[in-house]
Amino acid sequence: MLSPEATTKIDYELTKYPADQRQAAVMSALRIVQTERGWLSKESITEVAQYLGMPEIAAMEVATFYNMYDLSPVGKYKVTICTNISCMLRGSDEIVSHLQNKLGVGFNEVTSDGKFCLKEGECMGCCGGAPLMHVNNTEMHEFLTTDKVDAIIEGLK
Amino acid sequence: MVASSKPVVKTDLAGQTLVTLRTLTEENPASLETYLKLGGYAALKRVVTEKVKPTDIITEVKTSGLRGRGGAGFPTGLKWSFMPRYFDGVKYLVCNTDEGEPGTFKDRDIIRYNPHQLIEGMAIAAYTLGARVGYNYIHGEIWQDYEIFEAALHEAKAAGYLGENLFGTNFSFDLYAVHGYGAYICGEETALIESIEGKKGQPRFKPPFPASYGVFGKPTNVNNTESYTSIPWIMQNGGQAFADLGVPNSGGTKLFSISGHVEKPGNYEVNMGMPFTELLALAGGIWKGRQLKAVIPGGPSTAVMPASAIMGATMDYDGLSKARSSLGAGSMIVMDDTTCMVKALHRLAYFFYEESCGQCTPCREGTGWVYRVIDRIVKGQGKMEDLDLLTDVSNNIAGRTICALGEAAATPVLSFIKHFRPEFEYYIQHGKSMVDGK
Repeated sequence: MLSPEATTKIDYELTKYPADQRQAAVMSALRIVQTERGWLSKESITEVAQYLGMPEIAAMEVATFYNMYDLSPVGKYKVTICTNISCMLRGSDEIVSHLQNKLGVGFNEVTSDGKFCLKEGECMGCCGGAPLMHVNNTEMHEFLTTDKVDAIIEGLK
Repeated sequence: MVASSKPVVKTDLAGQTLVTLRTLTEENPASLETYLKLGGYAALKRVVTEKVKPTDIITEVKTSGLRGRGGAGFPTGLKWSFMPRYFDGVKYLVCNTDEGEPGTFKDRDIIRYNPHQLIEGMAIAAYTLGARVGYNYIHGEIWQDYEIFEAALHEAKAAGYLGENLFGTNFSFDLYAVHGYGAYICGEETALIESIEGKKGQPRFKPPFPASYGVFGKPTNVNNTESYTSIPWIMQNGGQAFADLGVPNSGGTKLFSISGHVEKPGNYEVNMGMPFTELLALAGGIWKGRQLKAVIPGGPSTAVMPASAIMGATMDYDGLSKARSSLGAGSMIVMDDTTCMVKALHRLAYFFYEESCGQCTPCREGTGWVYRVIDRIVKGQGKMEDLDLLTDVSNNIAGRTICALGEAAATPVLSFIKHFRPEFEYYIQHGKSMVDGK
């Protein structure tokens, strides 16, 4: 069942749309539930669909279409590194191999202690700060160097 | 909630003309207080309380020469005139802040450093077009900036610049922030509308255009963030003054997002028509004392230009089209002489393959073919006839899809091979890069 905190947040999103368009809030609702539970299971997606009164398959379509939804566990911290052209030109490959060595995982793998997952991201629209990475879909870290990456990872307890 | 961004990294603003980022000179650029100090919301108040005729506003916007800043360059005033004036029901206004094309990051600075000017611009547009409700669709990855913008919305509403019966008149406008969740295609306006409705972001067939069938099937006007943000300045200073900042056919200022191999990457707002060399100098020139090799001037959907082609160009719509590329969204990706063009194209091809929405067969299958062929070249298994194959596949994507992503995906392939063919041939013959030997 959706938590009272989650439904409060979803209800706020619903105020943005006409009363007969509850499906419009599905992207926010999935984000809210994912943030609370860490990832989106099939059951979570069903609960969101039921709350909004939309077909489960339509909610599933949204969850599978957009890159930032996680349909399997991603550990406590999901670290997404952009490797697109602007980041590549400024050394994202080096950041990727540093992180992979440091955490001992490749892309889409979770560390054995369940703490970190590495993801390769597409352009995040912040290319002036390249190379960059994103933590848990919310925190943007720009102008990365291997030292800076070490400090950020140390800070994630 | 009070809108306040992190303290601005004080950049050197010399050489820039600040229209859409005019609060950047201030300590706390995103706050309502700062914006009011600079004369903010005065234009909105004037048009609403003096009941300026919508047709007069559209004429002013046409005079300004403002063209859609999201990349298509369609005249904004003309687009506004497509909205039906009389419609029995709610009309919508949509702002496209979904920057996902590599190298594009200008609208992010508007929503985090000057959100109120965007809000004012949208409110003026809403008044002009009779839109009751607006949405600003913000790129998924910039969550912190989304929060700044949403806080600014609450601030504007509390101060009486959004909501019911503004300035005691019968004009009402509600504006909301909507958050994407990672899909490049949602920058296409009809995909964005689908996404607002809570669906997969797959572009719609046009016609009908959004002006007749947009959000929830209602008339909708969609513009880019930078376009709306230019409106308050135009209404304050007049369309002609805006046009005069630029050059014929390219009015006003333009935000250029400069990334890649320059000393000072970032956004630079300058008058349209600035010579490329001056703009490059503002960004500190090529880093590490190296030489310029190539520039993608407006995002990967615009043709790559070798140094020789762009050095003499001016940065405006006509200037770049004369030089056989285009302004796009003003997203300049700068590459120095250590860049391997085969590997650069390899990365871009992967991007278009990954981000194709899958709706049209030529794009869904074609981007996959293009990526796999370049991938085998990069792995040393390329054949000389692959270059013709890449050209052929790309030509069969462009123009055969519902949205412009087809052309966007084909352009880098065609232009990279055209301008840097010897590099591709060397890679195929030797199984390694001519540039870095790897």
